[in-house]
Amino acid sequence: MRRALWILAVLLSHWRRHKMQFATLLIGLIAATALWSGVQAINQQARSAYDRAAATFGGVRTAMLVAPNAATFPQELFIKLRRAGWPVSPVLEGRVQINGRSLRLLGIEPVTLPADVGNAPRLGAADLSSFVAPPGQTLVARETLADLQEPEGAAPAISNGAELPPLRVQPQLAPDVLVVDIGVAQRLLSKPDQVSRLLIGQPRGKPMPLASVVGEQLQRVEPNAETELERLTDSFHLNLTAFGLLSFFVGLFIVNSAVGLAFEQRLPMLRTLRACGASARLVNTVLVVELVALALVAGLIGLVCGYFIAAALLPDVAASLRGLYGARIPGQLTLRPEWWLAGIGISVAGALVAAATSLIKAIRMPVLATAQPGAWQQRQRRWLILQSCAACAVFAVALLLLHYGQSLIAGFGVLAALMLGAALILPAFLDIILLVGQRVARGPLALWFWADSRQQLSGLSLALMALLLALAVNVGVSTMVDTFSRTFIGWLNGRLAADVYISASDNAQGVAIRSWLKDRSEVQGILSGGRAEAQIQGQSVELLGLPDHALYRERWPLLEAAPRAWTRLVPGNAAFISEQLSRRLNVRLGDVVEVPAPGGTWELDIVGIYADYGNPKGQLTVNVAALIRQFPQTPQTRIGLIVARENISGLIAALQKQFGLDDRSVADQATVRAESIRVFNRTFAVTSALNAFTLGVAGIALLTSLLTLANSRLPQLAPLWAIGITRPRLAAIELTKTLSVALFTALLAVPLGLLVAWCLIAIVNVKAFGWRLPFHVFPLQLIELVAVALLASLLAALLPVARLARMQPANLIKVFANER
Amino acid sequence: MSAEAISRRSFAGGIAALALAHRASAQGYAGLGETADGFAKVMPGKAFSFPTDHGPHPVFRIEWWYLTANLVDASGAACGLQWTLFRQAAQPGPQGEGWANQQVWMAHAAVTRADTHRFTETFSRGGVGQAGVTAKPFDAWIDDWEMKGLDRTDDRTLAPLTLKASGTDFSYALTLEADRPVVLQGDGGYSRKSERGQASYYYSQPFYRARGTLTIDDRPVDVSGQAWMDREWSSQPLDADQTGWDWLSLHLSSGDKLMLYRLRQKDGKDYPFGNWISAGGGTQMIASGDIRMMPKATADVAGRSLPVEWQIAIPSRSFSILCKPLNPRAWMGTGFSYWEGPISFSGTHDGVGYLELTGY
Amino acid sequence: MLSIRNLSKTFSSAGEPVHVLRGVDLDLKAGERVALTGESGSGKSTLLHLIAGLDAADGGTIRLEEIEVTKLSDAGRASLRRDRIGLVFQQFNLIPSLSVADNLAFQARIAGRHDAAWTKELVERLGLGSLLKRYPEQISGGQQQRVAIGRALATKPSLLLADEPTGNLDEATAEDVLALTRDLVARTGCGFLMVTHSLHLAATLDRHLTLHAGRIA
Repeated sequence: MRRALWILAVLLSHWRRHKMQFATLLIGLIAATALWSGVQAINQQARSAYDRAAATFGGVRTAMLVAPNAATFPQELFIKLRRAGWPVSPVLEGRVQINGRSLRLLGIEPVTLPADVGNAPRLGAADLSSFVAPPGQTLVARETLADLQEPEGAAPAISNGAELPPLRVQPQLAPDVLVVDIGVAQRLLSKPDQVSRLLIGQPRGKPMPLASVVGEQLQRVEPNAETELERLTDSFHLNLTAFGLLSFFVGLFIVNSAVGLAFEQRLPMLRTLRACGASARLVNTVLVVELVALALVAGLIGLVCGYFIAAALLPDVAASLRGLYGARIPGQLTLRPEWWLAGIGISVAGALVAAATSLIKAIRMPVLATAQPGAWQQRQRRWLILQSCAACAVFAVALLLLHYGQSLIAGFGVLAALMLGAALILPAFLDIILLVGQRVARGPLALWFWADSRQQLSGLSLALMALLLALAVNVGVSTMVDTFSRTFIGWLNGRLAADVYISASDNAQGVAIRSWLKDRSEVQGILSGGRAEAQIQGQSVELLGLPDHALYRERWPLLEAAPRAWTRLVPGNAAFISEQLSRRLNVRLGDVVEVPAPGGTWELDIVGIYADYGNPKGQLTVNVAALIRQFPQTPQTRIGLIVARENISGLIAALQKQFGLDDRSVADQATVRAESIRVFNRTFAVTSALNAFTLGVAGIALLTSLLTLANSRLPQLAPLWAIGITRPRLAAIELTKTLSVALFTALLAVPLGLLVAWCLIAIVNVKAFGWRLPFHVFPLQLIELVAVALLASLLAALLPVARLARMQPANLIKVFANER
Repeated sequence: MSAEAISRRSFAGGIAALALAHRASAQGYAGLGETADGFAKVMPGKAFSFPTDHGPHPVFRIEWWYLTANLVDASGAACGLQWTLFRQAAQPGPQGEGWANQQVWMAHAAVTRADTHRFTETFSRGGVGQAGVTAKPFDAWIDDWEMKGLDRTDDRTLAPLTLKASGTDFSYALTLEADRPVVLQGDGGYSRKSERGQASYYYSQPFYRARGTLTIDDRPVDVSGQAWMDREWSSQPLDADQTGWDWLSLHLSSGDKLMLYRLRQKDGKDYPFGNWISAGGGTQMIASGDIRMMPKATADVAGRSLPVEWQIAIPSRSFSILCKPLNPRAWMGTGFSYWEGPISFSGTHDGVGYLELTGY
Repeated sequence: MLSIRNLSKTFSSAGEPVHVLRGVDLDLKAGERVALTGESGSGKSTLLHLIAGLDAADGGTIRLEEIEVTKLSDAGRASLRRDRIGLVFQQFNLIPSLSVADNLAFQARIAGRHDAAWTKELVERLGLGSLLKRYPEQISGGQQQRVAIGRALATKPSLLLADEPTGNLDEATAEDVLALTRDLVARTGCGFLMVTHSLHLAATLDRHLTLHAGRIA
């Protein structure tokens, strides 16, 4: 033990003399751990939020019974099943509006509610009677209370005038959900003796077969391991994870180069230790212990940094998830102990992987120095060939995935394989460029320039690979986001047909507003819309009712349309379908979609397909009058107005005054548009932030590689200095060399990035969101990125080059004095 | 007469609303000392009327239909079962319609053999039909558990009845016959339980002959024997200073029936009560001073030490027996928990019965 | 004390076996100082490495005191080096990140035989008193070699092996260093085997052997 400690002390003494190297190693480990665990923390946070939402009183985590073709069924079936031994508990679900805000209302029966329904909030024993007994309670999440701007204990009214039981905070509840007793829900939703579903608890004894009790009236739905929200958001989290992984690998590149260099430098030390009688096993063990200890320290620091990164990114992530999927996650970060353990674990594992080659070399090292290694050209050649072969294999995998893969994971697989392959082939690619340069070079200095760049390649390649990956991801993601943005804004302009939008608080107000508007001369047209919700094949689908108006025919863009599509919509037996829903249901023009409506099944011919970017839910667009016929409960609160531009502000002011509408309830087109674009931009905020982070880490990788190379390059530079090239000139040459390899790398990153963007747009987006975007290239943006890459390389190269320019001649002379 | 018998059942009933909330540990004895404001009061001199009084009395706070049976299988091996339905009104006042109904129902079922004890429970809201009791035709049900009269059921004897219940690993179905009328406890069914005026309406049918099938782990066994039902309702729960009780119902081989219990108080004193029912159906209270109830041996069950063996004597009747449990591990680990299981006794008299231990 | 019999060692170079040692016999008594010379490639260093247990022999025996070196495992040879042998190399092989004081002490510390008084004496005799806090790169070659000798002797080894210890030193310094080494070897009573090019320096030791064509001439 004492002996081991002494050896550890000797090994550690190296870092005291090489502080920069030590910092590099730590920075690499910290960066790797921090970004990885930051992203993990965010994912974990989001997952638990989905759990919370999904598990709300049974959600989809519990097996249940539903009516195959209707939203609700008689409560009598519940009694029948209980009396046949089925451990079922009724739930009635619906939507209510409070001050124009739509919320999910869940009616539960706490006495029979299975005790094991996911993370369902538990009603404390003492609370049960106050929940059930009049006036009862409305359980809400804290966020919902804040959104409603109501104090706890308030009893707000819903749009039909009925009063909710007093509000009470239940922290585990998902946001935008109101939980009341089932009896209360039946009253509020005007569905006496009706239930939406029956949750199935742990059976007691052997219940009778379902069909013998209720016939075909109910069908069993098995619990879903994955919620709809999770399925939808998978791509987003995969995205985040991919970024985290990328940063992790870039960080490990740094660690790898730092450990590799340190090992080379400590080789004589290790030999001396062995010559002085430290056994190989002991020295190797201590080497591993040292590395693990460093990884532990760096891992801890990395975790703290990761926490701050996550905390900083979380609001953006929350905005993204809300914008893209309507998923709500709390903006406050909570971490579990597993996260800390996993973070430390990944740091240690990463350090061991990054140091593996060095450690294996150390373990295999003979005590006696072997003959000087062979010519570097040979080794480099072999390494380049090997790596290129690996790259080709990876590209082959990408092709296979592209051809045969169907899933989102396969899409990401194509992306990953493309990038890995490109990174692997980069050194060979650069080698060829440099070789060509060497061939055409005139003059000894130019020749040396190219030849020396080639020799440097093996030392710099990891950092350059990191740079390539970061740049390619940047190009890809920026192209995707900008394409999205351009498409979205164009689409939005077409979509926002009316000039003024009004959202009445309830139907009565809607009627009042409409009749008031009839007398206003400046109103050129009133467009009354409506929205309802239905379940199609287990999916929640929005039904959008549009009035029959020429404006829509002119401006509402359709991706595909049958002849006379708008005219066919009017009678009420035809619908347009959103692109994502058409993909999900595998529906084309001319197909029929069956919608379960309160009055029975509503059959709709599909006569058009339209883009509906950014909507997590599938949507069907129908004639509004037909919608109200089929769904009489549809609130008729949405009104669009056609008004001449100069009259807009006056009309809005008059509306606000007359009906006490606030800014949320009445807005002009420009405001709605600005709001939509703001939401959109927030949606991709986290992507941009992570983009910047990865580029930053790649920059650090380049800097550390150059710094570590700088020392080992003195022997190469000293002879040039000796034959009369000034230090500033040497420095300038060095800088040019670094910048030129960086430039070549950046130029390679551009086509790779575009390929990545294409993958994202044509494969990943379609699988993740269900819509396909047209592909745009933004040349200015690409030039900007190349410039940023060069700037990063310049900054990274500046420090070692400046050192060289100011180096004392004595240091250069030493090279000759110490020549072995 | 057994005035304070109300206590043990009221404990169960009173806790029901708490226990059903989450089947977790009941929250102490909160609520047991509540006053009966708004609920009907138990007054002396009630004229019992059957079948009406077999049905529920929703204006009273608590009520139960409580049946225990001592049975043997074809090989002569003893077993026992329990079927209990509790009703509790969460609030006084007019009965609400549908889900607004304020009644909450809870039921326990258990079977006990020398080698095993199985139990389960279930809960229900009133008003929607998941649980309830009707007097004519007699039917007491919750989920698929049921105690039900037949066309020929006699209102005076409350027989014949069918009885069924099931848990995850057991079920039973019995037919209950009786040829003697139900027995009014206490003063014509008025059962006083403290000097402070608490009382209950209480009658029993201790003369059931039972026959049926008991299934444990999917192995059905034919059984037969005797059963005892208690019907009781009140609005006033337990006294604040009462900590628990030890209760016995005994089927003597002579055909006589005996109920005995002692109420334990915080101050360490306990009050034994007893009620002797002759084989012909006549009842007679036993003076407290005439009852000796002494724990003989304890068993450690569910982290508690429980007196499962008793030495009991009633000197005036030259009665002295030693009671032993069929299975000392007959613990009811339900939302509110207690010990309840079949016993056998010997001494000056012999026979079988049920023992209940609460508040340990 | 040291007894070598019929020692042989073969390397392969470019596929051809090279017989470096072809049956070396050598004896060295405690306190005896022996110089080993020979032309380049004669196997001097190889012989030294085999004695030190840095490499394994192909045939023959090496016996140091009661230990048969040629039968030791890798770990056994490591502890042999640690406990009984002091090694001095041409390149000094100091640890650049340790100070002079730490370099001096560290083998003794690894061996668990750190003797503060002896180390102090070594420092005095080697004239390193003013250099203890410096790092190897901050002192001259002669000083570095003195540190290396001090490190090798700090464990009080049975046998001090030196491979061209003065190869990197000028003539005057070389003589100084060697004189000091002779003194210290006499002080500890250990055996001393030195490989050298210099016939002049070889002549200053008790005995002078020459290795030729893999055998002691």
